[in-house]
Amino acid sequence: MVPATSTRTEAAREPVREEATDVVGLGRRRAAAFVAPALVLIVVFLVFPALWTLYLGVTDYRLTGLAATHPHFTGVRNYTDVLADGRFHNSLWLTLEFVGGSAVLGQTVLGFSVAWVMRERPAAVRRTVEALVLLAWILPGSVVAFLWLALLDRDGGTLNAMLGTPGTAWLLDHPMACIVVFNVWRGTAFSMMLYTAALGNVPPSHLETAKLAGASTWQTLRDAVLPKIRGHALTSLLLVSLWTFNDFTPFLITAGGPENRSEVMSAYVYRTALGEGRLGFGAAISLVMLLVNLLIAFAYLRALRRRRA
Amino acid sequence: MDISGRLERSRPHPHLDSRFHSRLTAALAFLLVGAAVSSCGGGSSSTDPQRNAKARSVTLTIARNAIVGGKNDAEASWITKTVIPGFVAAEKAQGLRVKVVYHGYGVDDEAYKTKTALDLKSKAGADIVSLDGIWVGEFAQAGYIKPLTDVVGARADSWDGWGQISSSVQQLGSFQGKRYGIPPSTDGRVLFYNKKLFAQAGLPTNWQPKSWDEILAAGRALKRLPGVTPLQFNAGTAMGEATTTQGVLPLLAGAGAEIYANGKWAGGGAAMKQVLGFYQQLYGPNGLGDKKLQEEAKGRDKSFEEFANNKIGVLLEGVYLWRAVLNPKDGIAKMADRDQSVGYALIPAVAPGKGVKGQSFVSVSGGAIATINPHTKYPQQAFDLLAYLNRPDVVKARIAGNPEVTSRNDVNADALKDDPFLTYVAQKVLPITLFRPGLAAYTQVSTALQEATAGIVAGHGPDDAAGRYTKALEGIVGGSGNVDAH
Repeated sequence: MVPATSTRTEAAREPVREEATDVVGLGRRRAAAFVAPALVLIVVFLVFPALWTLYLGVTDYRLTGLAATHPHFTGVRNYTDVLADGRFHNSLWLTLEFVGGSAVLGQTVLGFSVAWVMRERPAAVRRTVEALVLLAWILPGSVVAFLWLALLDRDGGTLNAMLGTPGTAWLLDHPMACIVVFNVWRGTAFSMMLYTAALGNVPPSHLETAKLAGASTWQTLRDAVLPKIRGHALTSLLLVSLWTFNDFTPFLITAGGPENRSEVMSAYVYRTALGEGRLGFGAAISLVMLLVNLLIAFAYLRALRRRRA
Repeated sequence: MDISGRLERSRPHPHLDSRFHSRLTAALAFLLVGAAVSSCGGGSSSTDPQRNAKARSVTLTIARNAIVGGKNDAEASWITKTVIPGFVAAEKAQGLRVKVVYHGYGVDDEAYKTKTALDLKSKAGADIVSLDGIWVGEFAQAGYIKPLTDVVGARADSWDGWGQISSSVQQLGSFQGKRYGIPPSTDGRVLFYNKKLFAQAGLPTNWQPKSWDEILAAGRALKRLPGVTPLQFNAGTAMGEATTTQGVLPLLAGAGAEIYANGKWAGGGAAMKQVLGFYQQLYGPNGLGDKKLQEEAKGRDKSFEEFANNKIGVLLEGVYLWRAVLNPKDGIAKMADRDQSVGYALIPAVAPGKGVKGQSFVSVSGGAIATINPHTKYPQQAFDLLAYLNRPDVVKARIAGNPEVTSRNDVNADALKDDPFLTYVAQKVLPITLFRPGLAAYTQVSTALQEATAGIVAGHGPDDAAGRYTKALEGIVGGSGNVDAH
């Protein structure tokens, strides 16, 4: 180490402009040192696993057996197999149903409705409703999954007892409907909170004016409220779509069954990668899943940008 | 971090940067080492069988899919109440301080398998791990388990218990001629039937069908009883291996085929079509079974409950049903009048003499093995504990009050003579039984078999399901050259 000369030359080389922007006075190297631990963590826990998944996706790596110790490079075969797999098509379609039904329609519409209806209610009523809706959101997934199993059980289920329909196998006859309703129930809280905040941004004068002009509720919503909260709505839709797309809780309720009829993408990856031990194939599905996620995010971001432009 | 760095910034201290650099390097090195260690799972990588052999203070862990108050309760209680205190006391007598920790699970076998594979892969997990015999091949090929002689040395082969375990049962824990673990017990499959329902339907309560037609005839008689599912043979993918062992394989053997024989796997030929045709009688239109039970995520547990509640006429199950499920004392679906109300019969071939090897009756056996984690810190002490688990007096304690067919002939000769059911299994079932092939491809083949039966449950015909199965099988075992499709 030759500190004296090296520091001096470096100090001499540092341009004045940088000195001006460096308000904390750390210098580039010390600043880099401060972010280094965070960068190392990101590399170890994010970049490395991502690259590792890319690598696994082009091998026949398995959880057990010979291919666990000596995986072979198989090129794009996993990807062509995924794209040709009927289970994948089925799963992608079910996931889109799940996202469209529970996130885009269910949570958003219900969340907005609750926020709109509760807007002018007494604080006590509003707080109680909000607390109940929030409760569904903050309980751990494994706990609520168990509660829903008890609710929908074929023999001793609460729902059958209430409706007087003993023996109806809701989870077997309507698996998709069950997880869609479940996810609406579970996730409405987020949309509700976001829209409650967003509705606070709508100037009361606009609503008053609409009322004076004799606008119906629908007209008020369309012309006075929606233009003001469109950005919030798109952000909320983006978030809940991506969350729902990757949500694993449906697996805890139907385990992807019966006969793959509720096998959404997360369940499909889990069952192939860990259940069947096909880690290479599972990695390939994960990448395809990521691409679909990116497509969804891209579509929303474009819509947001168009709004701003 | 040295706060003076900021103050000194305007006029850099000559020594600051060097000090700073060495600290930064140290910090980075620390992080990278941490990452490297954590990615290895932290296990010891030594393979010397004598490592830590002289340790005076030792902690060992045992893991298996048995939990006090839940699945395989008797097994879990035996470990926590008999094995651990007994072993600790025995070691203490020799001046060693041993602590044994029990990791009990109460989950589906597939989930337990995944968890154990991940544990062993990351060089973690318990010192003594219990595995299903059919997993030995794939775990061995993956390097997750090693031959006992590699892990603990020559004393593994000179263990005196081997002389008491017949070689077919030893196969449960062997792969390519090497012993990987010790099987504590074995089992067999029979037809369990409810004598009360049989009496109501006008059927003999001392039943032994001689062909599949006689089973179906009994099913049709039982169908007249309201609220009763006549015949339940496991099918579909939700039940996992239970479908294969308690359904397809015994039926396939009854149709005259073995799943793996003469270097080839059985494809969707005539025998498989007969099996799938039988399933169609159960789960096709107007079938004699409850197909929803085969689709539900918890269907097998439910079938146990329904059988215990006199709602299922005939159930093809393993010895496990009798011992651990219906057991009036500590079963998971207790049946107080089990001994009087539950009958058992051998599984017949499709017709007399038409079964595998010309047999008229068939069965399938399996069992777990206990093996030593190759990455244990204390291989010698772990083997001591493994041998202790299989000591005659300790095995007797395991089956006291909950008898089962153990792997040890000396224990069986003594302990089973008062148990009519287990004597029946040991004398009538074990001589005609088949073991599943301990090959790595087996579990995938098993999945393909489950999917074939799932096809029948979903309404496809036997020919269609058999064709799909052959195609799936060829993909698994490497082409049609390894498949016998006749």
